[in-house]
Amino acid sequence: MSILAVMEQRGGAWNRMSFETLAAAQQLARELDTTASAAVLGQSIGGLAGELASKHLERVYAVEHELLQDYAPDAYTIALRQLVEQAKPSIVLFPHTYQVRDFLPKLATSLGRVAVSDAVSHRVDHGQVVLVRQLFQGKVNVDMRFAGDAPHFASLQAGAYRADQLAGSGPRAAPAVEVVTPRLSTSDIRTRPLELFRESQRAVELGAAEIIVSVGRGIKEAGNLPLIEKLAEALGAEVGASRPICDAGWLPMERQVGSSGQTVAPKMYMAIGISGAIQHLVGMKGSRTVVAINKDPDAPIFEAADYGIVGDLFQVVPELIEALHKPK
Amino acid sequence: MKIVVAIKQVPARDSQLRIASSGKRVEEADFSYEINEPDAYALEAGLQFKETHGGEVVALCAGPARVRQTILEALAKGADRAIHIEEEDPGALDPLATARLLAAALRSEAPDLVLTGLQSDDLGCGQTGPILAELLGLPHATIVMQVEKHDGGIRVKRELEDGWFQHVEMPLPALLTIQSGISKLRYATLMGIRKAKTKEVRRVTAAGLGVAGPEGAPAASVTMERLYLPQRTKHAQLFEGSPREAAAQLVEKLRFEARVI
Repeated sequence: MSILAVMEQRGGAWNRMSFETLAAAQQLARELDTTASAAVLGQSIGGLAGELASKHLERVYAVEHELLQDYAPDAYTIALRQLVEQAKPSIVLFPHTYQVRDFLPKLATSLGRVAVSDAVSHRVDHGQVVLVRQLFQGKVNVDMRFAGDAPHFASLQAGAYRADQLAGSGPRAAPAVEVVTPRLSTSDIRTRPLELFRESQRAVELGAAEIIVSVGRGIKEAGNLPLIEKLAEALGAEVGASRPICDAGWLPMERQVGSSGQTVAPKMYMAIGISGAIQHLVGMKGSRTVVAINKDPDAPIFEAADYGIVGDLFQVVPELIEALHKPK
Repeated sequence: MKIVVAIKQVPARDSQLRIASSGKRVEEADFSYEINEPDAYALEAGLQFKETHGGEVVALCAGPARVRQTILEALAKGADRAIHIEEEDPGALDPLATARLLAAALRSEAPDLVLTGLQSDDLGCGQTGPILAELLGLPHATIVMQVEKHDGGIRVKRELEDGWFQHVEMPLPALLTIQSGISKLRYATLMGIRKAKTKEVRRVTAAGLGVAGPEGAPAASVTMERLYLPQRTKHAQLFEGSPREAAAQLVEKLRFEARVI
């Protein structure tokens, strides 16, 4: 039995979530009394692999090929399948990034397995790993258990494990870096990835705001937004939004907070009519004080909040504006 | 150009969830159902692609009798016909088993383009699309915002994290998972609703598709052991009373305890 963490890099820069996955692999290895290894894929990744060699790991695999320079699901699936067949890990862990979402189900299928996607925690029960994932937008949990033969696959939710608990290699010998050259040819890769781009320069830097008032589906229609703007004005705040609001075009994309939008950490973050899907929470969880106003007492946003009001925003927000206008 | 859109029916977003005593499922008795939102956008993308380039849109849905409503809605919005895979308990299937069913129905259709939502609002595995692509041997892209014809194939715009995007080109046939919110969803017209009832809905079963039942299926590599309501680690101070009282208490705390205003 052994654990393998597959790290993610783009253009030589780590996706930081990878280190959460690496910490999880170490933790699992400790609990299962086995070893953890790590793999990184790309071209000219010697430096990145060398960085991993300073961690407490059994082995570091540098999977190098010129066809792994830019990400493509076909190339990653083939290369990782070969790595898994060679290294024979029992459990392979990934960060639940957009890239992993793109290829992991395909990889697992090619080996006749089902991956557990977006796990939030685990426990070890009778020497077996039980992974917890969320259903119904975080309202229900489910325990998942691997069955049958290894290898097993899982991706881990952003923030579920802590990168700062990563163990260095310490006094023991640093893990050896093993260079793996997958058998890949251009005809294996059917999609052609082009350059990455951003839509436009952001006119609003939510990241610099001290107070953000964010609005979600609860606002019901664009015509109700002035209510939120009035509250923001009373607080001297910038207006942010959850994804559905920007998707609907009610507010510009640059005001979107969350994994596909901006990551913010203001002094105060007020979430109004936002249920708190994980994609939103990862974008604001660094805020110092979080306030939630939502009619659903079970909305996950209340778990991230310091202060909350369970109620109808159309009744609460006008009262809040009035209270803010009263002298101290 | 034949486009098949795989759609799923899910419990309405504001459903009250209770766990059945078996711990294996949620109590469905008092649910109302709707189309999975990302799948509604996949259907919209399919209909728009057909309007620009011609062809046919086929809706594909697995589930019990109740999913007929969702199929009818897809037909009313403009899908030309539908395939209903009759499956009493789709919730008991893992993503691979579900995809095997869908793949079996898709093989006989031999579509040029397969579309589906990037994930479901209920189970949220986000795996059906890429698994289908692997089972069908199709190139794929996920979290797609835009689809255009290009050089005999397609060129799509993928969403990445932190506001980044990427164009990806691929030949047809191909499979795409569509991101929510990529365009405005259309409403069914009265005419559309009337016409939907006359459109073809082909009903098939797992056995009819040649997909083995639970006994003959390959062993699952993951099992759903137990569903439960999460322990709320709430430390939020909640303010009660009338909206006016609650708002006043909140402002008081923000001023004098958190000192953020």
